[in-house]
Amino acid sequence: MKENLNKGKKLQHDIDLIIVFAQKDLKVRYKNSFLGYLWSVGHPLAFAIVFYIAFKLIMRVPIENYALFLICGLFPWQWFSNSVNASPMIFLGNAQIIKKISFPRNIIPFALVLHDMLHFILAVPVIIAFLYSSALKPHLSWIVGIPILILAQFCLTYGISLIIASINLFFRDLERLTVIFINILFYATPVFYSETMIPSRYELFLKLNPLTPLIINWRGLFLKGIILWDSIILSLCYGIIFLAIGLVIYKKLSWRFAEVL
Amino acid sequence: MNDIAISFQNVTKTYPLYHHITGGIKSLLFHPVKAVKSLKSSHFLALRDISFEVKKGEALGIMGKNGAGKSTILGLIAGVLKPTKGKIIVNGRISPLLELGAGFHPELTGRENIILKGVLIGLTRNEILNKMEDIIDFSELGDFIDQPVRIYSSGMLARLGFSIIANLNPEILLIDEVLAVGDQEFQNKCIERMLSFKNKNVTILFVSHSLDYIKMLCDKVMLLENHSIKFIKSIGDYLIYDETR
Repeated sequence: MKENLNKGKKLQHDIDLIIVFAQKDLKVRYKNSFLGYLWSVGHPLAFAIVFYIAFKLIMRVPIENYALFLICGLFPWQWFSNSVNASPMIFLGNAQIIKKISFPRNIIPFALVLHDMLHFILAVPVIIAFLYSSALKPHLSWIVGIPILILAQFCLTYGISLIIASINLFFRDLERLTVIFINILFYATPVFYSETMIPSRYELFLKLNPLTPLIINWRGLFLKGIILWDSIILSLCYGIIFLAIGLVIYKKLSWRFAEVL
Repeated sequence: MNDIAISFQNVTKTYPLYHHITGGIKSLLFHPVKAVKSLKSSHFLALRDISFEVKKGEALGIMGKNGAGKSTILGLIAGVLKPTKGKIIVNGRISPLLELGAGFHPELTGRENIILKGVLIGLTRNEILNKMEDIIDFSELGDFIDQPVRIYSSGMLARLGFSIIANLNPEILLIDEVLAVGDQEFQNKCIERMLSFKNKNVTILFVSHSLDYIKMLCDKVMLLENHSIKFIKSIGDYLIYDETR
């Protein structure tokens, strides 16, 4: 009985930790900025404009509704890249508390990814507004599709962030490698081009990229309201695999965090 | 057995010297064998085979030169570090009092930082919110409590930090040289509060260089020298030892 009570309290405490950390990130991000929330929408939109000019007006890619096509891919991408780019510094930046207090450290990257997820969710109405302005209708399938895709992307992003955050404490070069890796991954993922434009002999590489099924699904869902179940399952599998790897690496390394910081 | 709060049994703690790895990708690429070897061989000894016990309700002062291993002991008790050898038993909820401002975010207000630090040291949000007014009263920070802590002076940060601890129900209190910065009046208030904790049977571990505070607060003194315990004496014996030194 008492055991159960303790477990319940521990869970409540872990949840509170996550909430307080995510709240902290939100508050800190907006505290001294005048435009606040608009920045998290403005950043991907600025990219969309650049890519539109570069690829539609200059290189003339044959994709219909190219502006919307970009927006639907860039917002989820933004969530992923923001979290992963911040992950190498996430434990280093909290060195003081990690060295002094014993609490589940993986809560820090968890709250980071949650915080970026909230921004993405807040940006969904913006995506919908753009779709609406181009006379595209909302789809009922969004009710099912959006939560599943958010779950898949959360697992993937959290898993990768946890791996990078943990290993970077012991191998600081990872921080630089992450920036390069994210840059390459962006061009290797069909965000500003369509997966159908890729020559079939490179298709395997496309499948090996865990971001590909996610982005394809987000776009299909927003633009056409279709759910591609096989690639959704693939996304979930990638999410679970990276989450599992992340948790194993974290478990192996976390007891030494306080020593290396 | 049940009246023991903390027990160290033959505890040794070594730190690997990690900067050998953080030499990074270059040394790993060009001297892989050497890099891995250096990784395994270089260790720094922080504590050598120490054993001691602290009973419930006891106040132990820990003294020793810089680098003698004081903070390592607190880290081991807090569960942040793992012993390399030996066994550590801790009975009771631990409340660590952090160094000045640690765990605070400079952009958040005092009030928001109370919540942040409160959950970090193991309370739920509701518990903290219930105690919020007591904490703010104790800190005497007044209107500053709704200002970001980056504008606080170091004394004000110490006030905020101690006020959070002072209003918990700790079972084991770890205090690492934090009182030196507050003004005299507040330091007295802190000592008073710690004495009242002591009366409530709270176990206290107090790291300090100030014999005055240790005299006021502690029953026993542990002196660390060269990474091991030189002795543990009652406070009376320690004062005699200190005079004849």
